[in-house]
Amino acid sequence: MRIHVEQITFAYAPGRPALRAVDLDVAVGESIALIGPNGSGKSTLLRVVSGVLSSDSGSVRLDGIPIGTLSPRQIARRLAMVEQERPMGFDFTVREVVAMGRIPHAGRFARASRSDRRAVDRALEIADVRDLANRSIRAVSGGERQRVFLAMALAQEPEALLLDEPTTHLDLRHQVQFLGIVRERVREGMTVLVAIHDLTLAAQATDRIALLAEGRIVVVGSPNDVLTASNVRRTFDVDVLIEDHPQLGTRYVLPMLRPLPSPAPYAPRGNAIHSTNSPANEGSADSSTTSTD
Amino acid sequence: MLESDRRWGRWFVWSLAGLVLASLFAAIVLGPITVPFRDAVISLVAPQDESLSAVHRVIVRQIRAPRALLGLLVGSALAVSGVAMQGLFRNPLASPYVLGVASGASTGAALAILFASGTALFLPIGAFAGAAAAVLIVYSLARGRDRRTSIFTLILAGVAVGALFSAVTSFLIFLSSGGERLSDVLFWIMGGLGRASWNSVSILAPIALLGITAVLFAARDLNALSLGEEGAYHVGVNPDALYRWLLGVTTVLTATAVAMAGTIGFIGLVIPHVMRLLVGPDHRRLIPASALAGGCFLVWADIGARTVLAPAELPVGVITAFLGAPFFLYLLKTRGARL
Repeated sequence: MRIHVEQITFAYAPGRPALRAVDLDVAVGESIALIGPNGSGKSTLLRVVSGVLSSDSGSVRLDGIPIGTLSPRQIARRLAMVEQERPMGFDFTVREVVAMGRIPHAGRFARASRSDRRAVDRALEIADVRDLANRSIRAVSGGERQRVFLAMALAQEPEALLLDEPTTHLDLRHQVQFLGIVRERVREGMTVLVAIHDLTLAAQATDRIALLAEGRIVVVGSPNDVLTASNVRRTFDVDVLIEDHPQLGTRYVLPMLRPLPSPAPYAPRGNAIHSTNSPANEGSADSSTTSTD
Repeated sequence: MLESDRRWGRWFVWSLAGLVLASLFAAIVLGPITVPFRDAVISLVAPQDESLSAVHRVIVRQIRAPRALLGLLVGSALAVSGVAMQGLFRNPLASPYVLGVASGASTGAALAILFASGTALFLPIGAFAGAAAAVLIVYSLARGRDRRTSIFTLILAGVAVGALFSAVTSFLIFLSSGGERLSDVLFWIMGGLGRASWNSVSILAPIALLGITAVLFAARDLNALSLGEEGAYHVGVNPDALYRWLLGVTTVLTATAVAMAGTIGFIGLVIPHVMRLLVGPDHRRLIPASALAGGCFLVWADIGARTVLAPAELPVGVITAFLGAPFFLYLLKTRGARL
């Protein structure tokens, strides 16, 4: 599904906009990572795209249909969301939670149809939580729980997935597993918009990256274009070492607690780009980055 | 809870329905005067039969039958309101009275008893008006400028408005300076089915049936709401519309039940918990199970209230607490983590 965001402005409180004139176009089957510091507007953008918040001005279109003309139920058949964490009020089983993904498709009093059961089984399978199906949602680990909510989102059989920092609380193995499942969905044609803090995983998992700061999209483009030391430094205000991995072909981003001592203890490889706050390195770092403002 | 437990839950709901019928019959037979089984059946199916004692016929048809039915309806209404409130607030401490219904109704009833005691009709009307007034005040306080209702503010406003109405009731009791009317007010506040009549049954029955159906209508949406407001939205449920629907329905349901039987405590808080442990959290099964169990429980509590100290009658709220609290504590101790 194509998601078209045009000139979106939104403020939680008057005079303090959380989004300022945001434009973003997500093509069918494309995955875009939203990166940026806390409070830069990533979550707000996802909430406007999903219709939870309605923007003060500008428009969101799902396959050309303005989101304001769609009911929550109609939106839920097209879009599914997985958040960073979700309260779970009662002691539902994993299967019952995943089956809630069928709510937008079924009648109010309808029993689960064959297609409902098939969608739930398939979602449990894809998200690798079938073995947990009869466990209580409260009795599974944090990493399993996020996969359960991913399975619930997949049971909605949406055309697009919105993910709001879905891996923030997970250990490495669960982060990799979760994003691996998502990337597989993209390969099969799912459109994905994911807010994420891990820049290295973002570079591997998505087609394009949009970097947000203070409610604006600073730059959007391929991971190699967006993930540069100067872009990261001027938005996150930290020093990073960024290199291209020779085998993976993607960038990895190494945050540094202290500036690299000069001269460096080892010589960076040919394509390495590093930056520190010392004026001596400023020029070389900036000259090698791509400015896309 | 395991899948196999849940399947067992379906049979459980059906057996509860059978238990309801048995309880109603028990409520007709048992009391200070035990009506023989045969007379009870004849009174119900063939009241003109000549072998029937006139006393037994009057006891069964005019006193115990309406009282049993009213108990069933009030118990069901309170238990279902409790399920709706706990689901809505996602808080295990929520009860039908969380928005000040009980305190508002008590003030209204006290006013009616103390200042307009001539007509029996004023008591339920006063109680209903007081309950509705309390909820309307709470709801308008909690409705923010953005026209969205904050659940947290709703609970706090409910507590504050409830305290205010309780103070008014206490002041009215103080003014009444003792006497028979005072004991009327106190008895009403403690709750009881002593005022049951075919009139009260015929008023409550349609409201209870419609109200319970209306809550059942929102069962699946209540399931979704356990994912949080935004979680519910993402599966296509509009949480604001759900709040308006359920707050309206439960207010009418609770206020009418309270107007007929006073503020009977405990049922709306504990029956939903007990049923959730027995049939699971799925509201499509939890609501019917709670309706049946709440009704049964109040019918038996009332049998106890009428017989334990016969011919004196205990306030039924004393019985509900005496029976329910230990059972609840037992569940809390053994399966507490799942509440």
